[in-house]
Amino acid sequence: MKIFGKKEPLTGEILAGGESAIANKETEGLSQGQIVRRRFFRHRAAVIALVMISSIVVFVFTALDTKIGPIRIPGWWRWSVEDIPELRYEDCPGGTVGCPTLSIRPGAEFGLGTHPFGQDDIGRDYFALVMNGARRSLMIMFVIGAVSGFIGVVVGSISGFYGGAVDAVLMRLVDFLQTVPTIIIAAVIGKAAGKVGPLYLALFLGLLGWTGLARLVRAQFLSLREMEFVDAARVAGASNIRIAFKHILPNAVGQIIVIITLIMAGAILTETALSYLGFGVVAPDVSLGLLISQFESAFTTRPWLFWWPGFFIISIALCVNFIGDGLRDAFDPRQRRRITKKDRLQAKVQTKAGV
Amino acid sequence: MSKENILQISDFNVDFWVDGAWYPAVIDMNLGLAAGKVTAIVGESGSGKSTTAMGLMSLLASNARMNGSVKVKGEEMLAAKPSVLQRYRGREVAYIFQEPMTALNPLFTIGYQIVETLRAHFDMGPKEAHTRALELISLVDLPDPENSINKYPHQLSGGQRQRAMIAQALACDPALLVADEPTTALDVTVQAEILDLMRGLKDKLNSAILLITHDMGVVADMADEILVMKDGITVEKGTADQIFNKPQHPYTQQLLVAVPKLGSSKKRDIPYKESAKPAPVLKITDVTIEYPKRGRQPAFTAVKNFNLEIYPGEIVGLVGESGSGKTTVGRAAIGLLPVKSGSIQIVGNEIAGATQKELFKIRRHTGIVFQDPASSLNPRLPIGESIGEPIFLAGIAKNFPLEQMIEDLLDQVELPRSYRNRYPHELSGGQRQRVGIARALALTPDLLIADEPTSALDVLVQARFLELLTGLQEKLKFACLFISHDLAVVDILAHRIAVMQDGLLVEEGDRDAILLHPKNDYTRRLISAVPVPDPAEQRIRREARLALKK
Repeated sequence: MKIFGKKEPLTGEILAGGESAIANKETEGLSQGQIVRRRFFRHRAAVIALVMISSIVVFVFTALDTKIGPIRIPGWWRWSVEDIPELRYEDCPGGTVGCPTLSIRPGAEFGLGTHPFGQDDIGRDYFALVMNGARRSLMIMFVIGAVSGFIGVVVGSISGFYGGAVDAVLMRLVDFLQTVPTIIIAAVIGKAAGKVGPLYLALFLGLLGWTGLARLVRAQFLSLREMEFVDAARVAGASNIRIAFKHILPNAVGQIIVIITLIMAGAILTETALSYLGFGVVAPDVSLGLLISQFESAFTTRPWLFWWPGFFIISIALCVNFIGDGLRDAFDPRQRRRITKKDRLQAKVQTKAGV
Repeated sequence: MSKENILQISDFNVDFWVDGAWYPAVIDMNLGLAAGKVTAIVGESGSGKSTTAMGLMSLLASNARMNGSVKVKGEEMLAAKPSVLQRYRGREVAYIFQEPMTALNPLFTIGYQIVETLRAHFDMGPKEAHTRALELISLVDLPDPENSINKYPHQLSGGQRQRAMIAQALACDPALLVADEPTTALDVTVQAEILDLMRGLKDKLNSAILLITHDMGVVADMADEILVMKDGITVEKGTADQIFNKPQHPYTQQLLVAVPKLGSSKKRDIPYKESAKPAPVLKITDVTIEYPKRGRQPAFTAVKNFNLEIYPGEIVGLVGESGSGKTTVGRAAIGLLPVKSGSIQIVGNEIAGATQKELFKIRRHTGIVFQDPASSLNPRLPIGESIGEPIFLAGIAKNFPLEQMIEDLLDQVELPRSYRNRYPHELSGGQRQRVGIARALALTPDLLIADEPTSALDVLVQARFLELLTGLQEKLKFACLFISHDLAVVDILAHRIAVMQDGLLVEEGDRDAILLHPKNDYTRRLISAVPVPDPAEQRIRREARLALKK
């Protein structure tokens, strides 16, 4: 009980400090969207991640030539994936070939050199390969995230909101899809997708990946639709669509975002796994996963072949996670977990003072 | 004196660690409690009374810091080792919690849970423990002990569950019983029974009881000594007689004034003449409401052949125990529940069997305030948007005019305009309920349905809330169906009162007719069970009620 009492002035203090921007704009009525946006932009890690991922996307997508149908937009990097320049031998440690020319060591002069990330076995520029791989991986990740996210949220919402027969039919569909062994089907499609391109592979993986999300959204809807604020909205005259998407969905957004970020992170891994097995993205096309799997035997001798694809996988996954974090916190007005009476009962017994 | 005290608290402090600072929750508390006595700690939520109760046996979360001294039977508890604490918990100090549904484990039978407590503390075989559990269950008057012992918590009613929890608490004949709001979740009649039970057990077992409650009526019924807390500080301490009859501290006085007393408020004149009744705002004729069968659960008739009319400008109180169907009536009256037979008319429009579109139009004439302010406001919507939603959806205004209307509504319910961008969790319970009213009044309805709007509020907050509601009603002249289990609250507000039992309307009439000259037995029982915040009078009422029972 006491904690609640203490919380009130505390919230005031928090308002006066961190959220003064909102508290001071008293005269201006803010909509939910505006408040969420402001909260998101106050989340430092999320904003940094957003800036980083945007720069990565811009950097990666402008580096190489882009072909959109007949139009060809030239990239700023001198090599392309098809070029096979001479392999470099000079300065490489331990008799290896194609080592990176990038020099960022403190003291030494900064320089890119001809092949800043090094070269692969036959001399192709590794920077170009990594850029191309990152492009593929990013595209696959976003397509899978968007497709699964969209289908999962829509199916889950409808299922949970209406219940009854609609719910039964949709959930049996989910059951059916979950019995489909994704990796094998994807392998079969991947084999064919080698010809039609990784976009189709991504679309397909997206079409299979939404089931978990749909179940979660459904569960959220089932419990949220019994809340009194749903009745209150109905009494206020809200339509079913408005209740589902304006009142219930924002309450489930936290979990949805967490799952979607997991799906996106998982997408990179699925793509990596498929490419490793030789079914996902196939040579001469490259993805980050394929690069790593191609050079697995060279790990001890030419580690730089792992640094760069690994660096991009980690940065992208981290950024996605931080953005997810930021969004979740922005949608959740209670960023801090309240300590309830029940929590206290369950909590660890502490006899001494201190934390 | 302290030698014979079962519980001795001296200079007890509790602080909570929040955001890198210690916030005091209990400050310098001193208390002595002897065997066979009842000490009550009274205060609003947030005053530190529950924290004290949990702190006694170090049951607080790990972000709490305690110092001072708590002695149970002369043994220091604060510095005790976990093993010592474990031995004392349940054995010497037993707890009864507010919500028996969450305090009992739903996976085990109540018999198992009592046996578990027994065998944790005594060297006892399963058979022996079972026999003892049976004894305990009969001791707390659970019906049919042989059967009850094998029941799961969900198979019992709220009152029975509370009895089961008391049986568990008494399992080891504890020297001290800590009862944390033991009757708050219960109906008045059940509450009276539980209090009788606790009083009887105290005399039989000579236990000391530390009673924690916000209900002055309960305190008057039980306590020998009273401690009034506010913001962690003990503001007043004394015998029941001193506190109730000669309160010294202004806060105690305020608290006593805020307690609604049955039959003490002035008469409210019905705003129309009996001979020339205007057209009713709400007309419920012969309504039956059924919850359809769900899987193996058979259909349940919640309300049978119900009749009620509400005329413009009057407040009708609908009273009954939980499960009597009063909330069902309220929700049906606004079209949230389908009606099986009969007719419900709002300002002449039929609700029963209306389509969504028709309902949408009818609902412009109505507003509803829900029971739980925490769940009736969308936690993800700033309250300004919640309040403005009915106006926006009715297409009356948007953007700037809407903003102004929201500000007016906030002014009306006496909330600062700056609150409109806050989320519900940033408001206190009373403030949230004001938001609920503002939303209900957004479309200036002819009929307001208030479903137990004060049951989640403290007395002081409740008093302010009721004042606000009466003020608004006098100004705006809407008709109101006020649903409550608390007769004293209804007494303050209502012009007329309707009493429900098991889905039936048992009595209906003028406020004074019902409260002063009830004709129905059930109504009489309901009225006699309401505790009065005056120890002497409460004793007389208690004896009268027991006589009535016999």
